[in-house]
Amino acid sequence: MPQTLDYLRETASQTAGPYVHIGLAPGAAGFDIYREELGRDIAGPNATGQRIRVEGLVIDGMGSPVKDVLLEVWQANSQGRYAHPEGGGAVEDGFRGWGRVITDFATGEWGFDTVKPGPVPGRNGTRQAPHLNLWLVARGINIGLNTRMYFADEAQANADDPVLNLIEWENRRATLIAPRGEDRDGLPVYRFVIRLQGDGETVFFDI
Amino acid sequence: MTAATAAAEYHQRDRRLHPPALTPGYKTSVARSPRYSMISLENTLSEITGPRFGHSDIDALDNDLIRNYARSGDPVGERIIVHGRVLDEHGRPVPNTLVEIWQANAGGRYRHKKDSYLAPIDPNFGGCGRTLTDAEGRYVFRTIKPGAYPWRNLVNNWRPAHIHVSVFGSGFLHRLITQLYFEGDPLIPICPIVQTIPDPDAIQQLIARLDLNATIPLDSIAYKFDIVLRGRRSTLFENRLEGN
Repeated sequence: MPQTLDYLRETASQTAGPYVHIGLAPGAAGFDIYREELGRDIAGPNATGQRIRVEGLVIDGMGSPVKDVLLEVWQANSQGRYAHPEGGGAVEDGFRGWGRVITDFATGEWGFDTVKPGPVPGRNGTRQAPHLNLWLVARGINIGLNTRMYFADEAQANADDPVLNLIEWENRRATLIAPRGEDRDGLPVYRFVIRLQGDGETVFFDI
Repeated sequence: MTAATAAAEYHQRDRRLHPPALTPGYKTSVARSPRYSMISLENTLSEITGPRFGHSDIDALDNDLIRNYARSGDPVGERIIVHGRVLDEHGRPVPNTLVEIWQANAGGRYRHKKDSYLAPIDPNFGGCGRTLTDAEGRYVFRTIKPGAYPWRNLVNNWRPAHIHVSVFGSGFLHRLITQLYFEGDPLIPICPIVQTIPDPDAIQQLIARLDLNATIPLDSIAYKFDIVLRGRRSTLFENRLEGN
């Protein structure tokens, strides 16, 4: 018998289920309990850079909007720094870079306001195009899905992005690039439709 | 670009112990499961960093589900303590990380506008809590043992008593939601959601153990539930997350 490795094993995932709101967004479940629900303010008032609106839908394999998704976003500030000890440097006071939204029970629409992130250092001296890191859970999703949203108006940076270029099928890269629509209330609006399955299935990452 | 020191990488996720996306026994997964393979990413700053939380984000009572929504008295049900540690694969504590839970009441009913099960809402029970782990990775909640409840999958499926658990860890790649089950529950092995997990040992790891030493005599029974997140290399070689 060779020696045994004594690593612990990661706890297995289970679906967040239909009542995820109770724990992570109780107001949406229909009651107030916490002084403050977390994840409502991504950038804070002091963040520099371009204020933007991001919105979209999550579509299932039947082509229907999924109306019970919880989505979290993790992003860098406009300087490309994350609010984390290893995040590349100091960020604005109050900039968290993390947010949590749910899809509307009636329409499946989700959206949040934030600032556009800057380019982020990649591996081995490369540079990643501005992007939002997204994680979504819902009933019927057994383990949270990780994806990224890039910005259509960063065409050159996207073309050079080391992660997008890792996707062998060039047509699938487009599933991660949000088009910029008409400005609303003076803010650029990016629309990101996530397709869980079927035509135009969004690229998901095993991070 | 900021010059940062090279950071050690996290171990890749062992997908063999997690449920796959498509698990037809759990019907809702069929239309909500991606069909293409995920693209595997090596760690970058975007994955190894993640949100941080502090004591200003939460209140002292947030981890006490017996008190955090009480209106006219204590909620009905079996009083329990759920405690444990958040550890990495090396057994090292994950300190100061946010743990959030939610659950049904003692009758198996959720306080949620979409739950219409005939068991009654408990006016004194909200059903959610949150806390930060301490320096040794420990967390504790006081709550009511949730009841089993029926759900539509087959017409006669019942969920074992369970508490949903959400944990952040130190990077976005740690993000995890799971469910805690209770030792001895006969519904565990026949639950289609439990059965989405292909690895029998990984299922056992989701079952909280009765912990008599942590009970409060004549007051509350206790269960212990440790949560393990991905570990990280401790030595640096050629792979660098950032530029030279």
